Amino acid sequence: MLKTIYLCEEREPYENMYSAHNRALIELAGKNKRIVSCYADFPPGEVGEVFQKQFPDRIIDVGIAEGHLISSAAGLADAGFIPFTHCHTLFALGRGYNQIRHNVAYDNRNVKIVLCNSGVIWGGIGPSHLAIEDIAALRAIPNLVILSPSDAVSSEKATLAAADYVGPVILRLPSTGASYPTLYTQDLELEIGKAITLREGNDVAILATGTLVNDALTVSEDLERNGVHVRVLDIHTIKPLDEKAVLSAARGTGAIVTVEDASIIGGLGGAVAELISGKCPVPLRRVGVKDQFGESGTSEEIKNCYGLTWRFIRKAVQKVLKSKENPKGKETKVGRPQQSVGKK
Amino acid sequence: MDREELVAKLQAMAKKLRRESLFVMKEMGTGWLGGSFSSADFITALFFYRMKHDPQNPCWIERDRLVISKGHSCEVFYAALAEAGYIAKDELKTYSHCGSRLQTHVDCRTPGIDCSGGSLGLGLSFAVGSAMGAYILPEGKNLSSSSQRQKARFRVYCVLGDGECNEGQVWEAAANAFHYKLDNLTAIIDSNKFQSTGAVHAKMNMLSLAEKFKAFGWEVREIDGNNMNVVVETLDWVLTVEGKPQAIIAHTIKGKGFPSLENTNCHFVKITDDLLKKGLEALGG
Repeated sequence: MLKTIYLCEEREPYENMYSAHNRALIELAGKNKRIVSCYADFPPGEVGEVFQKQFPDRIIDVGIAEGHLISSAAGLADAGFIPFTHCHTLFALGRGYNQIRHNVAYDNRNVKIVLCNSGVIWGGIGPSHLAIEDIAALRAIPNLVILSPSDAVSSEKATLAAADYVGPVILRLPSTGASYPTLYTQDLELEIGKAITLREGNDVAILATGTLVNDALTVSEDLERNGVHVRVLDIHTIKPLDEKAVLSAARGTGAIVTVEDASIIGGLGGAVAELISGKCPVPLRRVGVKDQFGESGTSEEIKNCYGLTWRFIRKAVQKVLKSKENPKGKETKVGRPQQSVGKK
Repeated sequence: MDREELVAKLQAMAKKLRRESLFVMKEMGTGWLGGSFSSADFITALFFYRMKHDPQNPCWIERDRLVISKGHSCEVFYAALAEAGYIAKDELKTYSHCGSRLQTHVDCRTPGIDCSGGSLGLGLSFAVGSAMGAYILPEGKNLSSSSQRQKARFRVYCVLGDGECNEGQVWEAAANAFHYKLDNLTAIIDSNKFQSTGAVHAKMNMLSLAEKFKAFGWEVREIDGNNMNVVVETLDWVLTVEGKPQAIIAHTIKGKGFPSLENTNCHFVKITDDLLKKGLEALGG
């Protein structure tokens, strides 16, 4: 088993990814006068308040008007600025989809849309605020880059990469109030469109995105003890997908599990299925939200309820390994049982 | 140039653009005739009188912006772009054909167009963002200042349809423009009284748009939007308003300048050879 040079030994401490993003934003704003931070009555957090004090003219709150937030950010970009918009994922998507498509993506504006409180694990304040379909919906829009970091370090680096990139970027963040284990060392080099191989292995590959990358690592460590060598990839860029890394994982391991805190319909699981079905069909299991809405609950409750803990991921890995070992096994079950034919 | 001479010159230009736009429409075989003709006068006055812009440098960051939020009625605007030198006159013949920069709704791939239109209700928000950008001082406090602030670096004009004002986001933008005291923002509502499938008041009775914008804190003027003298005078007035965005409710005639179509719902009409001939006769060409 090999691991990347960036991986933290202990996966500690726990850190808030929104604070890390805001720290990066302050660093950026100090260097680049064109950085502007925009909100739709969304809390900037403690670190965000520091931004306000340092750059009073470069923080804009438009009130509860997410559609207007996105369109006006496109106008700010037209005036030469680099706006980062912040609001709940569901409202950027639900109230701002047409605006993202038309004002940002189609017109190719240099706008960075930060999706806060994405996924169902947040639990937070219930299903009205829990986005599951953002990856599927946004992935179908041309021109967008979609970033989905997995810890505080990659959140910070993804923010810096988003600012560096000229064009529209979606930055998908989990709960703004929770802390997550640190996976990476500070020397992480995050390159848009280039997946990070966290562990090498040739038996099976887990392709994960967001905070569940940590759980994927737990599974790989657990299975390693049983002699199963799991390759773990952090798909921090959902679009453009690192096709080379995904196909190499399919060819090198022959079995793939995708993991995400989002709907498996059109999410990372969908993206990987689309790619490998054409170019390297291998058994695939998708761990994620299965065509259902989110609900209130603690993150632990939700993960258990929605099949998103490391144990569920391990089960998916075991199942996909079985399919790999016995590729025809499933087909025999589908057909009419042989013994029932001609009994009479 | 005195006022009378200026107005006469702009009137001649508006007539020319109406005429040219008919040829643009003919390329597609169908045209946004009603809205192109209703808005031709203030588009002409904005483009050839009021706005600070440079056709040789369409991306000049300090230029005044013109956001055609309603997006359709683009033919007269394309004719204006060609007349000003943003695009070659020959390019007008590519209108609405595959691969052309001249799409059937204004598109920012065309030089001189600041924001793609057609998705109704979004343009005023874009214009608000742009107008905010003209006030932001990266070091210090200007946009967010409650006292005297430095002048905006440029102005933003946004053309909306009266039917378009059905869209809710128009009013999010209107509230936000007042909140940030964007006096460098002017909305011009082409109130030609018809939307896609019928009379504006019959589709959704919005009562008075002027009263609505006033209630949102804007400075409002209702004008005859097809009277060039009044249009020019109103575009002078907007520069004198401080601390508030301005709305011009331009009462216009749908199809203005095409006598047999005036005041009918000629929103998107088939351009036959006969219609073209009649139009050119009416417009003296």
